[in-house]
Amino acid sequence: MSLTVDIAHPLAGFDLNVAFEAPEGVTALFGRSGAGKTTVINAVAGLLKPERGRILLGGETLFDATTRVNLPVHRRRLGYVFQDGRLFPHLSVKQNLMYGRRFAPRGAKGPDLAEVADLLGLSTLLERRPGALSGGEKQRVAIGRALLSRPRLLLMDEPLAALDAARKDEILPYLERLRDRAGLPILYVSHSVAEVARLATSVVVLEAGQVVRAGPAEQVLSDPGMVHQIGLREAGAVLTARIAAHHGDGLSELQVSGGRLFLPHLDQPVGAQTRVRILAQDVMLATEAPRGVSALNILEGEVVTLRDGSGPGAIVQLRCGGDLLLSRITRRSAEVLRLAPGTRIFAVVKTVSIARSDVGAG
Amino acid sequence: MTDWLGPDEWQAVALSLKVSLWAIGLSLPAGILAAYALARWSFPGKQLLNGIIHLPLILPPVVTGYLLLLSFGRRGPVGSLLYDWFGLIFAFRWTGAALAAAIMAFPLMVRSIRLAVESVDPKLEQAASTLGAPRLWVFFTVTLPLILPGVIAGAILGFAKAMGEFGATITFVSNIPGQTQTLPSAIYTFLQVPGGETQAMRLVLVSVTVAMAALAISEVLARRAARRVSGA
Repeated sequence: MSLTVDIAHPLAGFDLNVAFEAPEGVTALFGRSGAGKTTVINAVAGLLKPERGRILLGGETLFDATTRVNLPVHRRRLGYVFQDGRLFPHLSVKQNLMYGRRFAPRGAKGPDLAEVADLLGLSTLLERRPGALSGGEKQRVAIGRALLSRPRLLLMDEPLAALDAARKDEILPYLERLRDRAGLPILYVSHSVAEVARLATSVVVLEAGQVVRAGPAEQVLSDPGMVHQIGLREAGAVLTARIAAHHGDGLSELQVSGGRLFLPHLDQPVGAQTRVRILAQDVMLATEAPRGVSALNILEGEVVTLRDGSGPGAIVQLRCGGDLLLSRITRRSAEVLRLAPGTRIFAVVKTVSIARSDVGAG
Repeated sequence: MTDWLGPDEWQAVALSLKVSLWAIGLSLPAGILAAYALARWSFPGKQLLNGIIHLPLILPPVVTGYLLLLSFGRRGPVGSLLYDWFGLIFAFRWTGAALAAAIMAFPLMVRSIRLAVESVDPKLEQAASTLGAPRLWVFFTVTLPLILPGVIAGAILGFAKAMGEFGATITFVSNIPGQTQTLPSAIYTFLQVPGGETQAMRLVLVSVTVAMAALAISEVLARRAARRVSGA
């Protein structure tokens, strides 16, 4: 089942004009605050009526301005996880979780209370009131509540934005499990590259109400043209890796398509798949195989494109095996090394730069 | 209690209770609807509706009573219709006293409930509808439980107001013992008679007790409302 959005709506300051397709998996709506992300997700939910356009879910029309179809919110069967949780304060956690259950059609497939409580670690909280929960617990209840209404699509509007780093780390693994197990499409609004890199299978980048880029996460995040939207410090590629071995000196060896990477020990079994994010600023380039360097991770590849920044910097996109990498270097270095599309290149990645929190199961 | 109060006095107290309970019981659903509409909806004539609801609070009660007599009297435009269709008579009956009490208490009730509705985050109602709940279901399972203490407080405030209503009642339905002589009318009557002060005083004590009790209960419920909405 996939979601098709093609809508236009006037907003303060600019017109929202958005068209994209969200396939199965996690589609991240990425952009700065005020880019129109929440407007889009509210239009999909039916909380906002766009001026023009249409929204389809797996062939069913949720909204169509020309034929005046506008399915009411409660009949759309989309689970919505709000940034602020929005638990019902007068109901227990269990009653909150079960609120939407009765409205799901009889045949609708989905997890039951026990499974959801287990998946989200809520089993011991069921009798509590929302007022007695921590921020992270509230958000997990909100996710469980949406899941138990047996939705056809899950909408998540910055579900982690209101939480501190520790709470985020608490919830992200649940979201990953959800993505891998629940088998329903998720539309995920976020302005955090780290979250998008960890969760998204495809990415739609919004800027001032327009889609500036859309595609599979690996491609969008490693697109040098996106560095401006993402931010210089946050720009980087996402690679899918397989855990090849755990070594006695505390390092884990990962296999990527272009070679091997060494990371501080990962808590995953050999053979498991994982995602690695390599920031552009952590990748050095060499035209010859470097010797006598402390960095363990050297991937061989070729330059795909070069893109000059507004300052003295440049972004180089490399292909190493099947993966794309980004490297941020100075324009002067690019000239000295005579980098051009097709140049054979060695990417040097410092081991320590692949931070534990940037690695997710996937 | 019946020994302590004379039969006339007891009659007035009982009538006042009956009139007030009917007045509040029947006008409460309308009050909740009006409060919800004023708090949540925007529609043409909203300010006019707001003004009409609050009019009895501002008008001299005698004027309200006279307007009721004009419209709900046997020959009044509304009164004659109600009589023809349902056989309902308001003028000079306890039903009329209940109507007057309801009209006078209505703005107080609506104000209290409206505050409660405004304190409920509409985002909670949105969340409920994204979970598949139809509008009425959302109202009864989310909005109403959250505003309930405010509704009860409003009803009690309205009840106290209804118990004390005098001007509009005496103008609309007069002061007939056993029929329309409510507690305030009875106090007024006893004070007109030489030597009626002790009777009046006893009724004054009843009035004060009822009013204090109502205020205390509404205070407790208001506090509980705050705790409930915060979800602790």
